[in-house]
Amino acid sequence: MIEVEGLTVRFAGVTPIDDVTVVFPGGTCGLIGPNGAGKTTFFNVLSGFVKPATGSIRAYGDDLLKMVDYRRARWGLRRTFQTEMAIEQLSVFDNVAMIHEHSGAGRASRKADVASAIDYVGLEVPPAVKVGGLGARDRRLVEIARAVVGAPKVVLLDEPAAGLPDEETEHLSRVIKGIPEKFGALVILVDHDMSLVQACCTTTAVLDFGKLIATGATADVLRDENVMRAYLGTEDVEVAEDVEVTGDGETSEAVP
Amino acid sequence: MLGLTGSPAELARGVIGRSAIIVAFLGVALFVVPAVLGGDWIKTLTAVAIYAVVAAGLVTLYGRVGMISLGQIALLAIGTWTATRISYAADLPFPILLLVTGAITCGVGVLIGLPALRLSGLYLALITLMAAGAVNVVLTTINFPNGGHGFTGRTSTPDLSGLQPVGRPGIAGGDTAYYRYTIVVCALMFLLIAAHFASKPGRAWASIRESEPAALATGVNIVRYKLWAFALASFTTGVAGGLLAAQLGQPTAFGFPTQDSLTLLAAALIGGIYSLWGAVIAGAFSQLAPFLFQAQWGIDPNFLLIIFGVGLLQVLLTAPRGIVVQMPKDIANLGKLGAHLFRKVTGGSRSPE
Repeated sequence: MIEVEGLTVRFAGVTPIDDVTVVFPGGTCGLIGPNGAGKTTFFNVLSGFVKPATGSIRAYGDDLLKMVDYRRARWGLRRTFQTEMAIEQLSVFDNVAMIHEHSGAGRASRKADVASAIDYVGLEVPPAVKVGGLGARDRRLVEIARAVVGAPKVVLLDEPAAGLPDEETEHLSRVIKGIPEKFGALVILVDHDMSLVQACCTTTAVLDFGKLIATGATADVLRDENVMRAYLGTEDVEVAEDVEVTGDGETSEAVP
Repeated sequence: MLGLTGSPAELARGVIGRSAIIVAFLGVALFVVPAVLGGDWIKTLTAVAIYAVVAAGLVTLYGRVGMISLGQIALLAIGTWTATRISYAADLPFPILLLVTGAITCGVGVLIGLPALRLSGLYLALITLMAAGAVNVVLTTINFPNGGHGFTGRTSTPDLSGLQPVGRPGIAGGDTAYYRYTIVVCALMFLLIAAHFASKPGRAWASIRESEPAALATGVNIVRYKLWAFALASFTTGVAGGLLAAQLGQPTAFGFPTQDSLTLLAAALIGGIYSLWGAVIAGAFSQLAPFLFQAQWGIDPNFLLIIFGVGLLQVLLTAPRGIVVQMPKDIANLGKLGAHLFRKVTGGSRSPE
């Protein structure tokens, strides 16, 4: 369980996350919102790349913000990035093994754990192949394997389906959905593909211009009036008061 | 470790193949070359091995971690200077002298590497180049190696004629024996670096090269691993400096012009900056080519700078991973072309391949 309380992030003049209080109860949780809503910034706060102005984040009882950035992986935080970042120079096996090495998990189980992660995501290439020679789908799967190896507690997936064709997304959705049960981790999924979010996530939170506008069971959230308005860019939404002049143009662009 | 990748059979074949190439290469270097060549050739090939180790430092820093350091020749100079002074001050066994030299150079290298924690790309290149220039200025100013005795010994009128040359190991006094000794030590340095590449630090470095945020997010302590890379590259370069000190006997400050750092990086890029074999090619380019030009063909070796420039351009355009990757492809293509022509000449009949 992740409890976020009163989280605010300010960059010079901009408030990408504005007093957000939300709970991610467990399983696979969606985090959606139009472009610029603050989803990736939220991930960056969790990763330690961005220091929030105020607020606290407790994950399984631990104060995440107190941890040094590179220590968070050892604690059990994993993430993928919007642009895929598997390491080209290394083999598939080494790509996954290096996470295991820094996770604090024992050396004895490394070979088996890495093989099991590669097997779980359904990668069919030999583990000795260099990632530089793989296609987009396989690289994504390598990233997911990297995110689930070494006893993760929290897995952050930032638009894992971006740029993948539908049939690949189906496979991906099965992989993502199974992570909590198989690895015992809480997954937070950011994606613009609503069918993927619907298929994977039991609960979903919606951000719009840095504010939380809805949270709860995914089906309810997606039917929520405020959420529909945020995506369709209607003017008379409560939250739009804070948005001021620039608001409408951007929200209406962001229909997925 | 290597032992964890691929199926056992595939792995065994790969390891055996690579080991066979390395053993054959070392066999030729240790036994065939000294039997065929002598005199200046052996001295030059000793330098090739030494500079190959320096280039291996570039392969580590740039090829693996993605940090451009133009201070490697300065570190070589520091290694040479340290070994020279220690040999005047104390009568250490040669391997110990090399280790102490490596350790001291390692310390200096980490200091030079500290800016690397904040800077990258062009800025790091500039800072390290300036550090290299500064080292050169200091060495020239104090009249390196300065003839006084003891570790810090200075005389106002340096007289190099009375100075003992830096001692070589007892088992390798002659040029050929020292060449073999150098090859063995350099091979050990390459082994040390290769062992790093194949284990935890190597993978952490590759992840830093790919993306620092991603490396952080996977738990890599970037500060620690960057400094580790500088420490390793400086240690091996320091040991190379120690070897160079005894090779030269009486090193001078003029042997380490700052621009050599640039030409060595160019040579490493031409050879292949992502592979340790590329470092071997770089060593050969940077030392053997000037020798061939000057001593063998009587051409001004300054032309080499132009040739390196053209070579670098060619490599960057057509083979960005360097000769070491391109050459086998070219040879394979040449083989295919030859087989094709052969079939044509023999009137279309199938030739066994």
